[in-house]
Amino acid sequence: MTDAASVSAAAASVVRRSAARLIALLAAPTRDIPLAEDVLADAVERALLRWPVDGVPDNPEAWLLTVARNRQRDLLGGAARTRSAPLDEESVMHTIDDALEGIDAIPDKRLELLYVCAHPAIDPGIRTPLMLQTVLGVDAAVIARAFAVPESAMAQRLVRAKRRIKLAGIPFVVPTKRDLAGRTSAVLEAVYGAYALDSTESGELAFEALHLAMTTATLLPDDAEAAGLAALIALSLARVDARVVSGEYVPLDGQDTALWSRPLIETGERMLTHAFALGRPGRFQLEAAIQSAHDSRIDGGVVDVRALVDLHAALVAVQPTLGSRVAHAAAVGRADGASAGLDVLEAMAPAAERFQPYWATKAHLLEAIGAPESSAAYARAIELCDDPPARRHLERRRAALETAGPD
Amino acid sequence: MRYTLLLHYPEMMADGQLSDEAIEQGQAAFNDYAKALNAAGVLVSAEVLQPTSATTSVSRKTGELVVQDGPFADTKEALGGSFVIDVADLDSALEWAGDAPSVQWGTVEIRPGATWFDTSADAWQGDARS
Repeated sequence: MTDAASVSAAAASVVRRSAARLIALLAAPTRDIPLAEDVLADAVERALLRWPVDGVPDNPEAWLLTVARNRQRDLLGGAARTRSAPLDEESVMHTIDDALEGIDAIPDKRLELLYVCAHPAIDPGIRTPLMLQTVLGVDAAVIARAFAVPESAMAQRLVRAKRRIKLAGIPFVVPTKRDLAGRTSAVLEAVYGAYALDSTESGELAFEALHLAMTTATLLPDDAEAAGLAALIALSLARVDARVVSGEYVPLDGQDTALWSRPLIETGERMLTHAFALGRPGRFQLEAAIQSAHDSRIDGGVVDVRALVDLHAALVAVQPTLGSRVAHAAAVGRADGASAGLDVLEAMAPAAERFQPYWATKAHLLEAIGAPESSAAYARAIELCDDPPARRHLERRRAALETAGPD
Repeated sequence: MRYTLLLHYPEMMADGQLSDEAIEQGQAAFNDYAKALNAAGVLVSAEVLQPTSATTSVSRKTGELVVQDGPFADTKEALGGSFVIDVADLDSALEWAGDAPSVQWGTVEIRPGATWFDTSADAWQGDARS
């Protein structure tokens, strides 16, 4: 006999550790993710009844998989006879035999699941939520908050996307070499989407994004950009506790490095070293290298502003977005003086009219050269800012400007 | 899984808009395409349609039978033909659809089949999953 509390703790820990793997494996032959989720939930329910009596099995994952698989087969019984593509019974049996060897012997279909979530037939807007839910088991309510949509709307979009996977017949396979590169960048783009959501504050999903990126990098060990993305998220997340102090945003260079996470920086550096060793540079590795350069302050080091300019210039070359161009201007402003930074901003002015970081950077650079226009630029940056801590920071800077007044 | 490839493309309204040579090339391409599908053992049926100028639509939506000349929806690109194929999954259907000659001048929609009527069995068959 085992007491109920320790059994449910054991079951919860198995589910937390292995749900994605079990769901991916259950869904692969039928492409039916909701069914896989249902039968796994049934299996967990049975575990909570059986395990207190029988004891926690030696291999709880295999137990759950077998029970879920049987339930799935019962439910499909009628339909399976008439389907045009029959279930691959042999591989199912094989899988269960393998399962007895332990979770590491259970075939890992999570990579296939990632490719399904980012399949070209799936709307790009739902790929990140789909990954968060199916690969990490994040609650639809949490995802809905992060995407600023009503929970019912997000739940419905997720249900529709999963139904589409089944009905359209999207296969659980790793793409062939011919379109591997494009499909992999769609996966990384969706993983990045989870991180980008939380870049402004320490939101609920920040660590889920890191978990997703680390999982993806582990499943794609030869992909330099997958490692680069994991490094980027770890290196940036390392500073999350220093980013907002007393409700106000603290710029990178003013942050207290004692609040930075050393383990996350170490993880990020390890991933970045691995990425560089693969010898295929890319956007995420450049962004990670930029974060790494900033993080060098943790050991009392000095940020190499010249290297930052070069990294930002390289990033603009591969990813000429408004964001990367503004960041480049800021780096130039720091290394070569505010006027030089303003020249870079000037070149992109018309396209950036409604881009908040453009105005914030412009305001800082104008302030640095003592130009009176900086107050108006701050006003515009504040107007476009939807992050309260960042807005408070800009408001204080603008107020300080007025107190100092023109000489 | 069965998929119907729906071939949509702009209709050539006036005679002589396409040269005889272009028409022959198109026919040869469709001939090769159907034979390739058939040789791969995935072709269920194929149909190329007359232009919508020859089509007639009927409806009882208003209660009585309305017969109308012309298509259900008047669009720039019209349904020009269909191929029913039986392949493993969407990736395979996508690959075949990408080889359809009319992707050069139109769009191919890949619609999974729900059920299909087997004339010899006189019964509906197939994926009743939804």
